[in-house]
Amino acid sequence: MKTEIYEHKIFKVSRRDFLKTTSMSMSGLLLGMQFSCTDTSKKLTGNPSTVFSPNVYININGNGDVILFAHRSEMGTGIRTSLPLVMADELEADWSRVKVEQAVGDEKYGDQNTDGSYSLRMFFMPLRKAGATVRLMLEQAAAKEWNVDVSECKAQNHEVVHTSGKAFGFGFLAEKAVALPIPDESKIKLKDSKDFKYITKQSSIVDLKDIVTGKAKFGLDTKLPNTKIAVIKRNPEAGAGLKSFKMEAAMKVPGVIKVFSIDAPGFPTNFNKPLGGVVVVAENTWAALKGREALEVTWAKGINADYNSLEYGNDMLKRAKTKGKVRRANGNIDQALSKAKKIVEADYVVPHLVHTPMETPCAVAHFHDNTCEVWAPVQDPQGTRKSLADALKIDLKAVTVNVTLLGGGFGRKSKPDFVVEAALISKDMGTPIKILWTREDDIQHGFYHFPSAQHLKVGIDENNKVSGWLHRSVFPSIGGTANPASVEPSGDELNLGMIDLPYAIDNISCETQEAKTKIRIGWLRSVSNIQHAYAVGCTIDEVAHARGVDPVQNILDMLGEDRLIDAKVLGPEFQNYGQKSEDFPWNTARYRKVIETAKEKSGWGKSLPKGSGQGFAVHRSFLTYVACVVEVTVDANNKIKIVKVDYAVDCGIPVNPERIKSQFEGGAAFAASLALKSEITVVNSAVQQSNFHNYQVARMADAPYETAVHIIDSNEKPTGVGEPPVPPFIPALCNAIFAATGKRIRQLPISLA
Amino acid sequence: MASYTLNINNQSLTVNAEPDTPLLWVLRDELDLTGTKFGCGMALCGACTVHLDGNSVRSCSTPVSTIGNKKVTTIEGVSVGVAEGKLHPVQQAWMDENVPQCGYCQTGQIMSAIALLDKNPNPSDSDIDSGMAGNICRCGTYERIRKAIKRAANTTAK
Repeated sequence: MKTEIYEHKIFKVSRRDFLKTTSMSMSGLLLGMQFSCTDTSKKLTGNPSTVFSPNVYININGNGDVILFAHRSEMGTGIRTSLPLVMADELEADWSRVKVEQAVGDEKYGDQNTDGSYSLRMFFMPLRKAGATVRLMLEQAAAKEWNVDVSECKAQNHEVVHTSGKAFGFGFLAEKAVALPIPDESKIKLKDSKDFKYITKQSSIVDLKDIVTGKAKFGLDTKLPNTKIAVIKRNPEAGAGLKSFKMEAAMKVPGVIKVFSIDAPGFPTNFNKPLGGVVVVAENTWAALKGREALEVTWAKGINADYNSLEYGNDMLKRAKTKGKVRRANGNIDQALSKAKKIVEADYVVPHLVHTPMETPCAVAHFHDNTCEVWAPVQDPQGTRKSLADALKIDLKAVTVNVTLLGGGFGRKSKPDFVVEAALISKDMGTPIKILWTREDDIQHGFYHFPSAQHLKVGIDENNKVSGWLHRSVFPSIGGTANPASVEPSGDELNLGMIDLPYAIDNISCETQEAKTKIRIGWLRSVSNIQHAYAVGCTIDEVAHARGVDPVQNILDMLGEDRLIDAKVLGPEFQNYGQKSEDFPWNTARYRKVIETAKEKSGWGKSLPKGSGQGFAVHRSFLTYVACVVEVTVDANNKIKIVKVDYAVDCGIPVNPERIKSQFEGGAAFAASLALKSEITVVNSAVQQSNFHNYQVARMADAPYETAVHIIDSNEKPTGVGEPPVPPFIPALCNAIFAATGKRIRQLPISLA
Repeated sequence: MASYTLNINNQSLTVNAEPDTPLLWVLRDELDLTGTKFGCGMALCGACTVHLDGNSVRSCSTPVSTIGNKKVTTIEGVSVGVAEGKLHPVQQAWMDENVPQCGYCQTGQIMSAIALLDKNPNPSDSDIDSGMAGNICRCGTYERIRKAIKRAANTTAK
């Protein structure tokens, strides 16, 4: 969905993109590095300085060390492990001989913008082919050495074995393979799935030990000689400028070196521009923070100075109750609702939210001699590189973006504004600069999840069948952060849980209203699926009660017979997460399967004591099918305890089941924060929350006590799991609270008082 | 600026710093001990947790001038055995349970867990809830943290 706004291309599988045609390469990146030589047989190793680099993702040196480049950013999903595992499997590499290197931002890797739960969906096949191509080249090299047909040679576990039993190691063959041409694609055979060694098997992340011992390097952990620390005081109103500032007191703080201002971008700010403000540069972090504290700043007012989120929300809610712009239409909704025997009608309100990754935005930048090198926790290294080149007015090739581990991202770090800040300051100072965002900066100057109001009205006919579905969704578009003309939800935002509604209902109307973007709005893990799945999932539960049918049975009734949904039914604005329906059809059989699995595994309908309840919801997002059952207890003081969560997930071939499970456990806790704890409010354009005491997130006792993840055994193309756990959790939780208390939850965060 | 000689990970180290400088920034900026992380600056999230004489404290809110001769232990101090292949039982439990996702908060979580288990070798669920309440994990690894603490408790009990 970000394609429109952010100009990145969906990666197309093409040989040009992942196979570099150079038949040999002595990669400058790796030359001169020492590798431990574990092979002793000369048949196993070659010249240690040889590097066989048949494509941009895979290098093998003469020692047989396989270096796999992770080109997507690691923010906790495990992608830095999972994609190299895919390559290693097809390559028949021994995982213990594989070293994973993080790629810099460079178009040669294809798409690197790590968002939209894209990574495995986009790169599973290309990287399998990349691995299989190299495997074939090693087999060809062995065949040539032995002067036999390549069909007699088989790569297995880091060597190529001949039918006679003789073998060459990958190191030895790497030296020979550099002279071979890249084989024709038609010759490349992918493994049969039954022969997978790593794909679908359990595996720990490559950074595990470094993380638990404190050696893992995140954004603030890079230190260059003579690095100075910078912090910025920013206008509470996003994009608005500076009237005046007094720096005397700040300059008196020992260690403060320089105070100066950088320009504000105005509004809309765009996604990659610094907000401007007053910069304090110091010898150390504490001096910078104290210097900033001592600044006296008078801010200018911008065009959104009167923005108040509460009033704005009330206005959206009012307009959600009136006819809006129709974005999907089936049948005749007015007639269906007027003829209905029963009506279910409810409004849903979700506030602004913000990401608060544990690692706040931060970066190290070094501008010198018209070049710029940065070390930063960014989701989009290529977008970062381009933003830096533009802001510094230097050539793209003069910019190097090193991607550190991300201490959480959730969408915040897909915007490189903070890296640009560091680079601009480095250019001004002539020294390396480390920029720190405090938690207050992070919470008060973020890219917020849109506040929203929704109105749903459902008709049930005389046959107790759902006959009409009206859904109005009002929220300011993400597009408004870059484009002032973007004043109504875009189609791609509506295909996250509204227009893509799968149910077999004859009369449907999906409508929107205008809502102007007044503050930086950005993608938050699962984006508009958050509010849409919440409203739809809760409404369906109300429909079940109105029909007098078990909630799970009600969903199955509404879903209708198994089918691939015809895109025409979903209307001209339907989008399939950037994929063609032929490749990733909307398959209601897969949806039904996760529903039935979650029902069975959770013991749905079991008898529970008073004050306990189970809730159900199901949602397809980012092409992954997820059903969720939440079990809660609510005590006499309205304290909510999430006892158990059961997820059933169909994400196609489960490439790394262990990380799929961890994403779902974590996704449940993340969604629990949104449902139970978190709220951003804005008064006169200033965010009212500042740190974790007033922007609360789930802690140990708030998070689900136990999450069971039931992965459907699937041979479909793999799809992502970073975001899909979040949407169905919230309605399942709300429906569970209803089961436990009889109270419907129509506003987040949940308040039972 | 004042000079402070601190006992950090059983080493005597001298730093120059303003008296109100939080220990966190002394560790990170002056001593390059970057395993201790910044998360909130207000003792609300636990990412910066270290031990002072074995008690877990938030280094972001502990001025360097208040430390005196108390023993400071950071994650690097816990990890001294790594070169010989020995991990602290809590770190080992963290690995066995595959706890981390992004990993940023985990050193603080481990420091809190070690302090909890030192005082309470067999914590109940509610002991874990309260003992770990000061540590936020935004990735939501809480279930595995709980399991890892129980695993470490079992290991050390044996």
